[in-house]
Amino acid sequence: MPALADALLTSATAGPLVHQSLIDFNIAGLGRNFWGLTVEGLTYGAIYALVAVGYTLVYGVLRLINFAHSEVFMLGMFGQYATLMLLGFSPSGNAYDKGILLTVLYLGIAMLGGMAVAGGAAVGLERVAYRPLRRRNAPSLVFLITAIGMSFVLQEFVHFVLPRLTGGTLGGVNAQQPIRLVQPEVQFSIFGAPVTNVTLVIIGSALVLAVAVDLFVNRSPFGRGIRAVAQDPVTATLMGVSRERVIMLTFLIGGILAGAAALLYTLRVPNGIIYSGGFVLGIKAFSAAVLGGIGNLRGALLGGLLLGVMENYGQVVFGTEWRDVVAFVLLIVVLMFRPTGILGESLGRARA
Amino acid sequence: MSTTTPATPPSLPPAGRTATKDRPHGGVGDRFRLWWDALARPTQWLVGVPFLLFMAAVPLLNIPVLTTQGTDFGGVMAQFGMIALIAIGLNVVVGQAGLLDLGYVGFYAIGAYTVAILTSPDSPWNQTGDGMWLSREWAWLAALPVAVAITAISGLILGSPTLRLRGDYLAIVTLGFGEIVRLLADNLDELTGGGQGLRGVAYPRAGVTEDLPSGVFSAGNASGAVNSGVWWYWVSLVFIVVTLLFVGNLERSRVGRAWVAIREDEDAAEIMGVPTFRFKLWAFIIGASIGGAAGALYAGQVQFVIPTNFNIINSVLFLCAVVLGGQGNKLGVILGAFIVVYVPNFFLGRQTLFGIPIDGDEIASYKYLFFGIALVVLMIFRPQGIIPARQKLLTYGRELYVAARRSAARAAGRAPGRTEAAATTSGKESS
Repeated sequence: MPALADALLTSATAGPLVHQSLIDFNIAGLGRNFWGLTVEGLTYGAIYALVAVGYTLVYGVLRLINFAHSEVFMLGMFGQYATLMLLGFSPSGNAYDKGILLTVLYLGIAMLGGMAVAGGAAVGLERVAYRPLRRRNAPSLVFLITAIGMSFVLQEFVHFVLPRLTGGTLGGVNAQQPIRLVQPEVQFSIFGAPVTNVTLVIIGSALVLAVAVDLFVNRSPFGRGIRAVAQDPVTATLMGVSRERVIMLTFLIGGILAGAAALLYTLRVPNGIIYSGGFVLGIKAFSAAVLGGIGNLRGALLGGLLLGVMENYGQVVFGTEWRDVVAFVLLIVVLMFRPTGILGESLGRARA
Repeated sequence: MSTTTPATPPSLPPAGRTATKDRPHGGVGDRFRLWWDALARPTQWLVGVPFLLFMAAVPLLNIPVLTTQGTDFGGVMAQFGMIALIAIGLNVVVGQAGLLDLGYVGFYAIGAYTVAILTSPDSPWNQTGDGMWLSREWAWLAALPVAVAITAISGLILGSPTLRLRGDYLAIVTLGFGEIVRLLADNLDELTGGGQGLRGVAYPRAGVTEDLPSGVFSAGNASGAVNSGVWWYWVSLVFIVVTLLFVGNLERSRVGRAWVAIREDEDAAEIMGVPTFRFKLWAFIIGASIGGAAGALYAGQVQFVIPTNFNIINSVLFLCAVVLGGQGNKLGVILGAFIVVYVPNFFLGRQTLFGIPIDGDEIASYKYLFFGIALVVLMIFRPQGIIPARQKLLTYGRELYVAARRSAARAAGRAPGRTEAAATTSGKESS
């Protein structure tokens, strides 16, 4: 990334001569690479948006922060990795060169694998941890603490138990060696910003999935059930909507999108497949959901893109190491001024 | 979920649970608690002080199974003391005021870093050199109130904008805060040493002898029964007692009653005239300053602070201690802290347990897995924790509470027609 190099250069030359400040303010770097940063930010933002949908749907239906959703995403990363290994790929330094059609096919299969694992994990999570609590009418704090507990369990499962089950090929302390199917290559440029094939794939698939889930929730009969339960669980039940089935469906959709996001994320960050790899991304996706208005589907998509872009701008202005700080400060600031997020927080009434 | 739906089949509780329901305050340890609450305050002290002395002597007694094998028991107890202090502080926020704080480690870090920045030779703001205002010998003690004050201020800074948020949002915002503090420690290289951390943090120079040129609190005092870990454990016991007295008095005051009201129903409390925001802020500030004191203890004990010790997983571990022990119950959370610290260390380096061969190191490395499972199972079957908090008539004092409980126990357990005296004596026997 040229913007990063610029930021490093300015701090290296200006630092010792001028006043040695703790944080650099590189506004010029932002101006120079504005479009490049925007494209890069949208790439991350698309991934945040997909994960954020999982948080927002579950929150809309259950009023629960599914803290373990980040681990569902992490399992999705392992799911797509395992699928690629089953297809005969093995980790190597160079990217495979299979031609466009085959690569897309393999990526599609891997994405399905990731979706299956993540979707299954999300539904299983709901069954094992949340359903018993719902039966007992537990307060929301209890749900949240259970979610944190499940997050621990899933992380440590991949950390310690999975390597034993797979003979050390999956999981463990270290990140997985990347399997590269796509070598990032610049395809064209917008306003001087280079757009790689990876960026195209990520933004394209995220768009397709976002439109699909929006149509599903807003147009299909299942989606109507979800919105009904989100709006008024008791009346929805009286009208013949099975609340349990809607909850399961909600977790399933969230898990499937997290699985898809997992594949897209590993395209962009091939070294990110590690047991702790979902945590920070999960918090950011949750921030994105809150930013757009949690419980609101389109809010999650908007919040994701916004967070990705803002974070990328902030990273150049303040320096790479401040990236996460920018994201969290943004969350706090937005909540202070607009406590229900940008688009407000209702899944039931979110019909544009 | 606050709403019940006809769709979910009503789960029939087993017989034991129904029995608990009939007895409104039933639970493990209630008899002990009733007995304890009935004692006069001087008698409570008469029982409490020997117990405290026994607790202080635990690392010296070398109790067969209890003493850890893989790690120094004094060190483990020192860690327990510190986490217990944190649990008491977090309990004020989570248990008493009902505010879920997932970024408590941030306050702990601020306390530790305040002491380190003031006293470490690596720090640019080191105040302990020649001609500075802190003497090397007592710098730690001088930095301690500074650390507490700065964490209290940071609690105020974090709390005043965020405490207007609802519960779930507050959890996530505090989580972000905890992460920001760690990232600040990691990124502000010139001040905090970045990933290298700060070394040579001051500690009290006490008990300097020929053998121990740097005093009993130094990390160099590693051998023997009374090593530095035991000394730090004793210091943290003093902290715990002082904090418990402070928090206990708060609990019985107007502030404590306001906290309970906010925890149970914030809207109702507000309507009844409790200034909820102000009391939530107080809970946050008091919790933060206790966390800061614990951080200062940590910095002095380890004499080295590094950002990785303050990541979010620790925050969750602290919360685990509070929830495990019983939110809102001060002694419960101390027990929770003991479990969280002691159990992994118990297994560390242990090859046999009661004659059964086990791989202790392996078990100890799974600790987060077990904590996760424990949290989930606990939340399903006993969400109130091991020693849950009890609703008491805080206003009218212990006597009325005890009298009410006694008569409730009598009404539930005794057959009618008995004489008053017989009922009282049998009640005493069963207590």
